[in-house]
Amino acid sequence: MKSELEYTNLAGISGPLIFVQGVKGVGYGDLVEIRNGSGEVRTGQTLEVDEEIAVVQVFEGTTGLSIKGTRTTFIGKPLEIPTHREMLGRVFDGLGRPIDGAPQVISDLMMNINGLPINPYMREYPRDFIQTGISAIDGMNTLIRGQKLPIFSGSGMPHNRIAAQIARQARLLTAHEEFTVIFVAMGVKFDIARFFIDSLEESGVLPRSAVFLSLADAPSIERLITPRVALTLAEYLAFTEGMHVLVILTDMTNYCESLRELSSSRGEIPSRKGYPGYLYSDLASIYERAGRIQGAKGSITQIPILTMPSDDISHPVPDLTGYITEGQIVLERELFNKGVYPPIAGLPSLSRLMKDGIGEGRTRKDHAQVAAQLFASYAKVKRIRALAAIVGEEELSDLDKIYLRFGNVFEERFLSQGYNENRSIETTLDIGWEMLSVLPEEELYRISKEDIQRYYIPQKGDV
Amino acid sequence: MEEAAITGRIISVNGPIVKAEGLVEISMFDIAEVGPDRLIGEVIRLEEDLAIIQVYEDNTGLKPGDEVRSYGRPLSVLLGPGLIANIYDGIQRPLIGIAESCENHTLMGIVDRCYIKKGIKIAPLDPEKKWDFKPTVKEGDIVREGSVIGELQETELVLHKTIVPPGIAGKVEFIAEAGGYSIEDSIYTVVQGKKNYNGKLADYWPVRKPRPFKSKKNPVTPLITGQRILDTFFPIARGGTAAIPGGFGTGKTMTQHALAKWCNADIIVYIGCGERGNEMTEVLNDFPRLVDERTGRPLMERTVMIGNTSNMPVPAREVSIYTGVTIAEYYRDMGYNVAVMADSTSRWAEALRELSSRLGDMPAEEGFPPYLATRLAEFYERAGLVETLSNEEGSITIIGAVSPPGGDFSEPVTQHTTRFIRCFWALDKILADARHYPSISWIESYTEYLNDIQEWWKELDSEWMTLRNDAMNILLEDTRLQQIVKLVGPDALPVSQRFILFCAEIIKNAFLQQNSFDPKDMYCSPDKQVKLLKAIICFFRKGKELLSCGLELSKLQSLDAVSEMVRLKSEIGNDEIEKIDAFIQRLESSLNSLKEEVNISHTPDFSKGKSVVKE
Ligand SMILES: Nc1ncnc2c1ncn2[C@@H]1O[C@H](COP(=O)(O)OP(=O)(O)OP(=O)(O)O)[C@@H](O)[C@H]1O
Ligand SMILES: [Mg+2]
Repeated sequence: MKSELEYTNLAGISGPLIFVQGVKGVGYGDLVEIRNGSGEVRTGQTLEVDEEIAVVQVFEGTTGLSIKGTRTTFIGKPLEIPTHREMLGRVFDGLGRPIDGAPQVISDLMMNINGLPINPYMREYPRDFIQTGISAIDGMNTLIRGQKLPIFSGSGMPHNRIAAQIARQARLLTAHEEFTVIFVAMGVKFDIARFFIDSLEESGVLPRSAVFLSLADAPSIERLITPRVALTLAEYLAFTEGMHVLVILTDMTNYCESLRELSSSRGEIPSRKGYPGYLYSDLASIYERAGRIQGAKGSITQIPILTMPSDDISHPVPDLTGYITEGQIVLERELFNKGVYPPIAGLPSLSRLMKDGIGEGRTRKDHAQVAAQLFASYAKVKRIRALAAIVGEEELSDLDKIYLRFGNVFEERFLSQGYNENRSIETTLDIGWEMLSVLPEEELYRISKEDIQRYYIPQKGDV
Repeated sequence: MEEAAITGRIISVNGPIVKAEGLVEISMFDIAEVGPDRLIGEVIRLEEDLAIIQVYEDNTGLKPGDEVRSYGRPLSVLLGPGLIANIYDGIQRPLIGIAESCENHTLMGIVDRCYIKKGIKIAPLDPEKKWDFKPTVKEGDIVREGSVIGELQETELVLHKTIVPPGIAGKVEFIAEAGGYSIEDSIYTVVQGKKNYNGKLADYWPVRKPRPFKSKKNPVTPLITGQRILDTFFPIARGGTAAIPGGFGTGKTMTQHALAKWCNADIIVYIGCGERGNEMTEVLNDFPRLVDERTGRPLMERTVMIGNTSNMPVPAREVSIYTGVTIAEYYRDMGYNVAVMADSTSRWAEALRELSSRLGDMPAEEGFPPYLATRLAEFYERAGLVETLSNEEGSITIIGAVSPPGGDFSEPVTQHTTRFIRCFWALDKILADARHYPSISWIESYTEYLNDIQEWWKELDSEWMTLRNDAMNILLEDTRLQQIVKLVGPDALPVSQRFILFCAEIIKNAFLQQNSFDPKDMYCSPDKQVKLLKAIICFFRKGKELLSCGLELSKLQSLDAVSEMVRLKSEIGNDEIEKIDAFIQRLESSLNSLKEEVNISHTPDFSKGKSVVKE
């Protein structure tokens, strides 16, 4: 049953919101069609209703709308999009409408863009290792199929290149299955979108990708819809069509700014830095759409990218993201300035799902211990560097000097690699051992004697 | 069986908050069924003839004019056999039941089963399952509130006692004989004055109302968690309260999971409040497979889970902790020790904030409502060691995770929580970044239970308190010395202080660090904890003595036993601790032979060169 109700004139406009008076039978969350005097159509959603007034957010923004002559039609259902396999290889705008010149995809299956919460009892715990070919990720912060693992970056750092490299190189070791990529741009410039599309094209991934663009010049409210539209398609492809979908969302900071804008125009009490108190729940409604479910073959892996304002990890956007995602890849300004690519920070980066996806039969038996030892030893390097800055390097003990050497080769050989360099997990772990072998054997207390015997490379002159 | 309903109409919808008129005689905290899908809601405020209802399910599509009905009953939890091993959402809808209710086997059906749709109504406890009930009273007996009238085996681990609910007392007129009964069968009748009370195996209790008990007692038994830093340094008592604050990724959930797995409570209530779906799935996968060392049974057989994840409706998150703690009280009243894990209380507080802001309340700090502290106090107050109505001892230990924004403990939720808890297990971002797990700070954490529970440990080993304090002092001294080291480097310190730094390093690596994924180390028995500590402190005491006799520090540092000591925790299982005794003997004898060396060649320590400061 579909009830359509049309009203002329508005009671008010404020920021991205319009107020429609005298409404009857309008449901909370209902989709709204808005026509201005010249017949141009926009889309909106009801945020609040009472017996008199409906508050509607307009996704395309309110520029060019006037009180008089604007007509609103309330469609008695929430925003839905068609979902279909044919949507791969296509480019859409932020509301899911094609912008590549080809016609709208027709499908019988219309899905509510807000999705539904997955029953935790029906989730499948993610355990399959994805080889990205990047040592810092595969070796120390392993990505798992179905994980949500964001990249925390700062302005000017190469997060887009890293994401593109992952999209290009991501492989499962166990099965020869390719990833379907969904690329979602929110408030980024056209050249970044172009870079991704080109990169997907070059590597031949474009025909099995879908691109959703809500660029910097699009109305900011539209961005609140874009990730939801894209994830609705992702859910269909993963859980109904059985595909492995990698969703790249960039830039979540822009998304959050739009949410802040909407919240402030509703006059809500802000929480930290003006962001609404429900930012955590709102972000969770996006990030929690990653994962695997029982009985379905496919998966949704999310790589949200966000730039931390002034590189501050405690800013609400990275902070609340970190509280929801299953770890984070943090880019570090200091490494970036040293010319290290990818500048993935050794300590604050973490993959929480790594533990179940690695080891014998998945990657290699020594993987967990090598990673733990690299982390521990690199943490010590950081401490010694801080000390050296005060007392001077000459004053350090011999062991501390060895640690410094370890720190340098670790950054130069292990972390650094080419944009086109695709390392197998064996190569990554072997380089890891090469690095650890710079240290005396006794220092490797996180590694079993057995593995030390097998992999440790005694230095010349040591024996 | 439908009772007369009160009905009214919606006049406005703002997020999950609905205002309705016409609900005369409705009371605060009554359940309301809202709109055509009869979504579950609760009356949270009454203003003249308006009822303000918070809706616990996705309420998109609700319209002004839609009907609201109520039966004048408060929001309640159904308490009875079948709770254990189950998983519920915040308002006690069974998540397994929800999945199984979608029988459809088409592909879309499979996908459909995985989601929680609105308006689903499924009983929290299986109404058909027969339980093997044995009465423990006879007809004619006099029973009081809290009296046990019969028993049934709920799981291999849990003997479920059927209890006369609070407020009921009198003569047993009828009691069912031993046999199989469902929760809907009449089991007993108590004559109370002129009225008869008809008892069943299950009964409702309002979530927001604490269940009564006789008296609170002072806790004296530690809750053993198997986590060394907690049991040895910051122990909690059965019936106590603890908070685990920490920024993202510092180990709150890992600690809560470790406790739920290994602590020696009889019943675990695990509340996932506004956190990740996969973390609930992990518990659901792990617990049926993990076996309790003491009983040999799967851990799931003592666990009840509440999972209201971050993407599920926010208002239900607010109720989830009450649902959990009410279930805990129910088992406490049977005389059990229950441990409640709430991960995370910050998400609960945020739900409170969101709802109060939609109601237009005047906010206090950071947008939180002024009643935040009161609500927190009420929640933690439901913990405690009590004498139950039937004169037994039962306890509830509450361990709440706190997720402060930016990891900054000065924010309101952490600050208010510290006023109502007695154990503070502070997680430290720096330790977490260095992969020192568990990342519990030995500087910022504290416990107020140490004196209450030390007798228990002393019975295990009379030296316990001394060992613990020695180790703690080394760690505190280390923190102080590290400040100096930061300025001048370690070599400027006298040898005795460098030895303290060295021993502190051993304590951190060999004792404090405990990897939850290490099969031998994830649970450390009290015996093993004491023995490990003994080994370290033995090294410390003897080493100190040797240094004062002039032994070179490097001789101590390069002892084979030292690198062996760091590996003891993960190489020696809980059932082979005699091996630690053997190690201590070897350690002592190698230290003794060093002593002989010193006695022969008595040379003072100039090993680390130039700047040995005079002590
Ligand atoms: N005791 C431990 N042993 C091994 N690893 C640990 C331990 N504690 C924490 N970790 C590591 O730290 C990661 C994060 O821990 P956890 O999920 O408990 O963080 P959290 O504090 O709950 O974070 P959030 O607030 O985001 O939920 C884990 O995935 C694991 O890799
Ligand atoms: Mg957590």
